[in-house]
Amino acid sequence: MDFLPIVYAVAILGGLGVIFGLLLGFVGKKFEVKVDERVTRVRACLGGANCGACGFPGCDGFAQAVVDGKAPVTGCTAGGKKTADAIGDIMGVKAEVGERLVARVRCNGTLDNVSSRYDYAGVKSCRVAAQLAGGSKACSFACLGFGDCVHVCKFDSIHVVNGVAVANDDTCTGCGACVEQCPRSIIALIPKNRTIVVKCRNIEVGKIARAQCKSACIGCKMCERTCPSDAVHVVNGVAEIDPAKCTRCGACVVKCPTKCIFNFFEGLQESYDWE
Amino acid sequence: MQITIGNILLFMVSCVLANNFIFSRFLGCCPFLGVSSKVETAFGMGMAVTFVMALASLFCYAINKWVLMPLGIEYLQTIAFILVIAALVQCVEMFLKKSSPSLYNALGIYLPLITTNCAVLGVCILNVDYAAPEFANGLFWSVMNGVFGAIGFLVAIVLMAGIRERLEDANIPKSLKGFPISLITAGLMSIAFMGFASLSGLLSGLQ
Repeated sequence: MDFLPIVYAVAILGGLGVIFGLLLGFVGKKFEVKVDERVTRVRACLGGANCGACGFPGCDGFAQAVVDGKAPVTGCTAGGKKTADAIGDIMGVKAEVGERLVARVRCNGTLDNVSSRYDYAGVKSCRVAAQLAGGSKACSFACLGFGDCVHVCKFDSIHVVNGVAVANDDTCTGCGACVEQCPRSIIALIPKNRTIVVKCRNIEVGKIARAQCKSACIGCKMCERTCPSDAVHVVNGVAEIDPAKCTRCGACVVKCPTKCIFNFFEGLQESYDWE
Repeated sequence: MQITIGNILLFMVSCVLANNFIFSRFLGCCPFLGVSSKVETAFGMGMAVTFVMALASLFCYAINKWVLMPLGIEYLQTIAFILVIAALVQCVEMFLKKSSPSLYNALGIYLPLITTNCAVLGVCILNVDYAAPEFANGLFWSVMNGVFGAIGFLVAIVLMAGIRERLEDANIPKSLKGFPISLITAGLMSIAFMGFASLSGLLSGLQ
């Protein structure tokens, strides 16, 4: 057997590879583009989850945009104040962070509270389930509990507990991926220090809402009458809290007959880190 | 084939119109649809492809004729050609990144994709015919094939971009907006270019 063709083939392809490699190395040196070193340093401050909350294509895109002046140093929602300060140091500007936003699920339709209209045995996806006669839960505003939000969360900070999604304040970065995904639009980005939240979006009149879910807002206006600082008002059948006026006193939480107003502040230390 | 002005002109008509890479050979359709939304970027892409195709046909012909054929290892053609093309595309990419960042950003992923552009590999494979021993001036005609083939590509993509810019403002049914109407346009253009096929009768006069 003649081995020469094999040697030729290896030698020729190897030789071509070496020649082109050297050529490319030379051209690469000649046409080198200086990358602003700040881009690398800004990139190092970022989480690297590429969540896209900043509106740029990934963390690399955001770092480039910050250095180009197209994005504010506070643009990284997921990183919060710490990241903004670090980027601010590199860019030589003072970071002024707005309120820290976290995702809050505005539904308390747990399996105990909300009744079921039919047995759903389809694909375990909220988006699919919502298409089938408005979902199996009696309340057509309720969390479907199949965890579409859990799947999109890159930070493992939202979970389905007893049929309702619950977001973790401490690990949530406010990227808003779950807000986008939820077919019911019951997840909202709310400032972290706004701890009194109405966990219901049911706009039906009291009797119907009550029949659908034990913990629905029935629009009784008890909270309105209780609130010492005029911060709660029933708008379009659902209680809404004005964050500017709310003092986190928790009076409405105690008085609410269906227990649909929640106090996230409860049990937290005064020195709790709101950032 | 002798190198005369007449032959070159006929060859040019053949490559650019009658045997257009996109409209009659259906090679290189990916950037044709991907980068043809603006005339400016389409022209940049056409120029980049022209450069790569001209140099690729030169190097590929040389490697094929004087390295692979004497050693009897023509079966390595494809991999050797791809190697040449990849190196050239890398050079073009680095050059563009340095000299024209805006064009570099506009071309985006389609620039490195020239590496696997079937029009570029296609021209090199087609040029293998010119490397036959009985064919005179094969190197010259290979390069001509690359240059004029690429100019055909340039003409096609710029025409397409011009039409697509006009389509932006046209009143098109919603279901056809975007790529559907672009594909229909490409099909109609291809049919129009079929009219040039009759020119191939003229080309039989090539000596």
